[in-house]
Amino acid sequence: MSELTLTPNIDGADDFYAELIEAHDGLTKDESDALNARLLLTLANHIGDREVLAQAIRAARQAG
Amino acid sequence: MSKIFEVPLYPYERSTDQDALGAVRHKVVVIGAGPIGLGIAIDLAQQDVPVVVLDDNDTVSFGSRAVCYAKRPLEILDRLGCGAQMVAKGVEWNLGKVFFDEHKVYEFNLLPEDGHQRPAFINLQQYYLEDYLVRRLHALQAEGKRIEIRGGNKVSAVGNHADHAHLEIDTPEGPYELEADWLIACDGANSPTRRMLGLDFVGQVFEDNFLIADVVMEADFPTERWFWFDPPFNRGQSALLHKQPDNVWRIDFQIGWDIDREQELKPENIDKRLRAMLGKDVEYELEWSSIYTFQCRRMEKFHQGRVIFAGDSAHQVSPFGARGANSGLQDTDNLAWKLKLIIDGKAPASLLDSYDAERIHGADENILNSTRATDFITPKSQMSRILRNAVLDLAEHYEFARPLVNSGRLSVPCTYDGSPLNTPDALDGGPARTRPGSPCPDAPLEGGFLLPQLGGRFTLLTFNADAPEAVEEGGITATRLALATGPGDALAERYLGRAEAAIYLIRPDQHVAARFPEYNEEQIRFAIRRATGKE
Ligand SMILES: Cc1cc2nc3c(=O)[nH]c(=O)nc-3n(C[C@H](O)[C@H](O)[C@H](O)COP(=O)(O)OP(=O)(O)OC[C@H]3O[C@@H](n4cnc5c(N)ncnc54)[C@H](O)[C@@H]3O)c2cc1C
Repeated sequence: MSELTLTPNIDGADDFYAELIEAHDGLTKDESDALNARLLLTLANHIGDREVLAQAIRAARQAG
Repeated sequence: MSKIFEVPLYPYERSTDQDALGAVRHKVVVIGAGPIGLGIAIDLAQQDVPVVVLDDNDTVSFGSRAVCYAKRPLEILDRLGCGAQMVAKGVEWNLGKVFFDEHKVYEFNLLPEDGHQRPAFINLQQYYLEDYLVRRLHALQAEGKRIEIRGGNKVSAVGNHADHAHLEIDTPEGPYELEADWLIACDGANSPTRRMLGLDFVGQVFEDNFLIADVVMEADFPTERWFWFDPPFNRGQSALLHKQPDNVWRIDFQIGWDIDREQELKPENIDKRLRAMLGKDVEYELEWSSIYTFQCRRMEKFHQGRVIFAGDSAHQVSPFGARGANSGLQDTDNLAWKLKLIIDGKAPASLLDSYDAERIHGADENILNSTRATDFITPKSQMSRILRNAVLDLAEHYEFARPLVNSGRLSVPCTYDGSPLNTPDALDGGPARTRPGSPCPDAPLEGGFLLPQLGGRFTLLTFNADAPEAVEEGGITATRLALATGPGDALAERYLGRAEAAIYLIRPDQHVAARFPEYNEEQIRFAIRRATGKE
């Protein structure tokens, strides 16, 4: 069974974060929400593994 | 008792230059006796370049401003004769804590690597740094070095000519004029020199204000950097608490864009903020307070003809990450030896182009890091705030989000990758951290440390390898420092990696110019020429 990765896994974390924020430049709040939703679904598809996705949903809910 | 920054340290005195018929010509004139102007002047004087420092003031920095000094500038200050004092007086720290709302989100340890003479970071009031530098300047003067500081000398006009700069200076006894073969403008972020020469300074203003207060109090907070996002005592904003010597605490409150400065600076309003944060019964004395709007900008070029810019006059960053004075001292470190060689006729004036290339690279790195930290602290849009808060929420629970939290990426020295002075890396298996362009990492030696053995001249640093005791090329001598390493020691790990032996050419500013697996005279001569702008 696959485990959700919860340790740092992104090289150049600051570069990634800057790119993510930049992607929202000039968008209204609604457009930004929609972008996030598209991004989320794209990443989910990349992960594919249903078990990992379920763990990610639980992890995100718990951290709120 | 008057505070250190209220006592004149270099009061105005009449100079014989003021009674001369025409403008007296000096080798080097430095405008500004902040940390950077003092640093470059001391560096040059130590190398026997005569220098005059002009400042419109006569005291050290009013209030503290810079508090955090990183290892690299401390190593530079060692060469300037002030490092030991800094470390003796400063407060060493390694631990930082980040809070969000009422929770601690995580803590970090700078985990300094072993085998360095200087600590990763110290905190010290900027006025102490300036005080030590002024005293060092006076000590050099007493030793007969040609260095001078003139208080109450306000530069009112600057002209840039083909082979010199012309200055008009106002003093309490009226104006006079000077000429300088080289003029170094270290006159701060609002640089009048920059303005007088009509040079640009472009970048970004962050629409936010920070109230900075230094308070004296007996408090038992630990010697750690505490940073709050959205704390109960400063809703929707951030705050910082950091210790300095003499029971002085640096406190920053983010206070937003639309504020009434005068109101905010009233002691009773600062008092309200402090009591909300520290408890209503806290006893303290307010040493200094000020409100800043932060900016990240730089000049397009750091030198124009005979006028060279260094420190805040050339580049300005927001203070998250402590990159202002720290990077300014790296400017002086980079500039002093180059200017010395040019003045002595041992390098072409075009060597200064490498000062631009290398320090603009450094400035851009600092601006990028400071901009990102400021954007994280002051999100520009509702969505960036949502994402920022999501990172903080996640960081409290999961390790993965912690590298994304950005309350300032602390100053590290820049590696001059791609510099025109580097000779391509020829050491197979050599560690990346000591590739050409890198600042030399310190390491323990028998009875001391490596870095104090380097610097101020070109060094042929040999590890388990034969080489002549000195190589002279075009008037420049590289003297050998021969070291032997054993497997697994810090020297081997930092300088050899998988190689068995190595020859490094080290620049006077302790950066690596070239490295080879063995001695080859032709290659070393080429590397010396290249490192001095002749290839
Ligand atoms: C709140 C705050 C916190 C900071 N924290 C840090 C930190 O933790 N670490 C860090 O490294 N940096 C920090 N900095 C940045 C640091 O203070 C600056 O980078 C540093 O002071 C720059 O030094 P400088 O010598 O270039 O300029 P300055 O210190 O500004 O000195 C310029 C000098 O030029 C003189 N001058 C100006 N005009 C004239 C004229 N016409 N004639 C003659 N003299 C003139 C002035 O009197 C002054 O003495 C901080 C800054 C602020 C505001």
